[in-house]
Amino acid sequence: MKRLFAAASVLAMTAAAAASAEELNLYNWGNYTSPELLEKFEKETGIKVIVTDFDSNDTALAKVKAGGHGFDLVVPSAAYVPIWIKEGLLEEARPDQMENFKNMDPAWVDVDWDPGRHYTVPWQWGTTGVVVNTKYYDGDIDTSAIFLDPPEELKGKINVVPEMGDVMGLAVMYYGGEPCTGDKEILKKVHAGLIEAKKSWLGMDYGNIEKFAKEDLWAGVNWNGSTFRMRLENPAIHYGYPKEGFVVWMDSVAMLKDATNPEAAKKFMNFIMEPENAALISQFARYANGIKGSEAFMPEDMKTAREINIPAELKDKGRFLPTCEPDVQKLYTRIWTDLQK
Amino acid sequence: MPETPAPASATADAPVPGGLIRGELERELEQTDNRTRWLLSLPAILIILFFAAAPLLVMVVYSFLTPGDYGNVKWIFSTEGWVNVILQRDIFDDTLIWADAHLSIFWRSVKLSIVTTLLTLIFGVPTAWFVATRPKGKREFWLFLVTVPFWTNLLVRTIAIQELIRAEGVINNLLMALHIVDQPIQMMFTDFAIGFGMTYVYLPLMVLPVYAAVDKLDFRLVEAAHDLYAGRWTAFRRVILPMIKPGIIAGSILVFIPCLGAYVTPRVLGGGKNLMFGNLIELQFGAGRNWPLGAALSFTLMAIVMVALIYYVRLTSREEKTDV
Repeated sequence: MKRLFAAASVLAMTAAAAASAEELNLYNWGNYTSPELLEKFEKETGIKVIVTDFDSNDTALAKVKAGGHGFDLVVPSAAYVPIWIKEGLLEEARPDQMENFKNMDPAWVDVDWDPGRHYTVPWQWGTTGVVVNTKYYDGDIDTSAIFLDPPEELKGKINVVPEMGDVMGLAVMYYGGEPCTGDKEILKKVHAGLIEAKKSWLGMDYGNIEKFAKEDLWAGVNWNGSTFRMRLENPAIHYGYPKEGFVVWMDSVAMLKDATNPEAAKKFMNFIMEPENAALISQFARYANGIKGSEAFMPEDMKTAREINIPAELKDKGRFLPTCEPDVQKLYTRIWTDLQK
Repeated sequence: MPETPAPASATADAPVPGGLIRGELERELEQTDNRTRWLLSLPAILIILFFAAAPLLVMVVYSFLTPGDYGNVKWIFSTEGWVNVILQRDIFDDTLIWADAHLSIFWRSVKLSIVTTLLTLIFGVPTAWFVATRPKGKREFWLFLVTVPFWTNLLVRTIAIQELIRAEGVINNLLMALHIVDQPIQMMFTDFAIGFGMTYVYLPLMVLPVYAAVDKLDFRLVEAAHDLYAGRWTAFRRVILPMIKPGIIAGSILVFIPCLGAYVTPRVLGGGKNLMFGNLIELQFGAGRNWPLGAALSFTLMAIVMVALIYYVRLTSREEKTDV
């Protein structure tokens, strides 16, 4: 899922890699890893963590599959974890036998993509919904109509993150289908709807926190935590949960089969299941984390934030995106290409 | 006629008195010379073979395979990747139709390249002229200024342009402060932004070859043209232009070709709403999980660039012939 154009941020953290101490290589989404967390880990264990960024699940998968990457840990999204396992890229690190496993929220233990958590530890979870600057539009924001059938006020100022899975998922649900549906009737509506809606969009871009804050953009598809960070900079920005269905996702930390430092990797996995440490992750990227008791260590503003706490009446509208069948995936790619032609 | 020095071996073979010994010696020298040259260029040739030709070969092979379920390829022969470059099954009813999406994306890239080439010509030729007509000692300084942008990463420069043109950016703030406009002008994520960014990025590639051509220009010829009653325009069109034409063509090629595959600038400044050919290829290797199609698309682009280059070579060689 998420954020920032990779190249810009890759520079920042990888460059500083000092070779002396014990090292752990974490391959994670850009602008997603709390520097404080890494500092604390280094202080407690003496292990230096080096972060390399990726900007999409597919990039990460392709790079690790190619080999010679030198990473120990990777943070794929839920739908991708089974692919990573199937491709034989992950080691069974058995987080479920680790000391801090008791802190994991039971709701996140028996997940479809890793039943019983033999491979992965939650990093953060969140939702994909819509963002609206309410200074320009004060109608209902809990709907995908914000970007699929936009109100007049917002036309020409909408940005849709170029994340095929999320956007297709939202659109399919808006037109009455289930994510990854192969139903041509629904896909026809999705295709026509997206193409018509696109005329009102300004961009399809990542890394928009400051563009929204500075009001280059007024509305669009976005992730909850990123929207939270926007709101902290510009209080007029709000996050909406489309009642037609929004996307729920979780990114989890997994250990690679060819990790060079498996012991350190396991230490890190255990480390982030400590509530205090999980809170640091959330405090930085502003997503929830799936560790019980971490709330106590979180900043006050996160406990009540609408971006983090899904309103009760909309809770059942959230859906996890499955991995689509290759045939369906092909169809979605075609629609996606057609949309951007 | 351009001078064509006769090859050394031809003179050596000529039956001159005592020429036999001299000829053999020369031939031997030439052979060792040849051998050293080959040996010296061997590392370069090997590098080219391994790091340029071999990956291309891999891509050729991949373009004829079947896409794997989650990226990569399955080792099953298929021409579908190539067929899909121009023909595709309709998304909804399986009829085979023109791959309208690919063609219009390709056309967009070509259009952008043409516009960028024209814009860099308009801005680049006067710049090159200005630099080349400075006094000898000062030219280096101006040339140096032209190359300054290369010191900074392309992405950083592109993001800097965003700072200029955004709603609360430098230009809009200035216009509003001067009360020329009372609402920010939408520049970011528009065609204007892409054209602006591309021209900025590729301008030095136009200026440098044109400068080299103007620098070699013999200004006495221009004076001669004036003496023969040619006006400014005629002198430019009939004397100057033909002489700096190789520089202009070289600059245009240098700008046009990388523009075809341009990727970062259109995405950052154009908002990524419309794919460029480079983005289309990337999509196939990423979320699209169709590597064979991506490989076939890359080769299509390469083939077109090749055709453009061959055309250029023929154009310039004809030029030389008519140079008499």
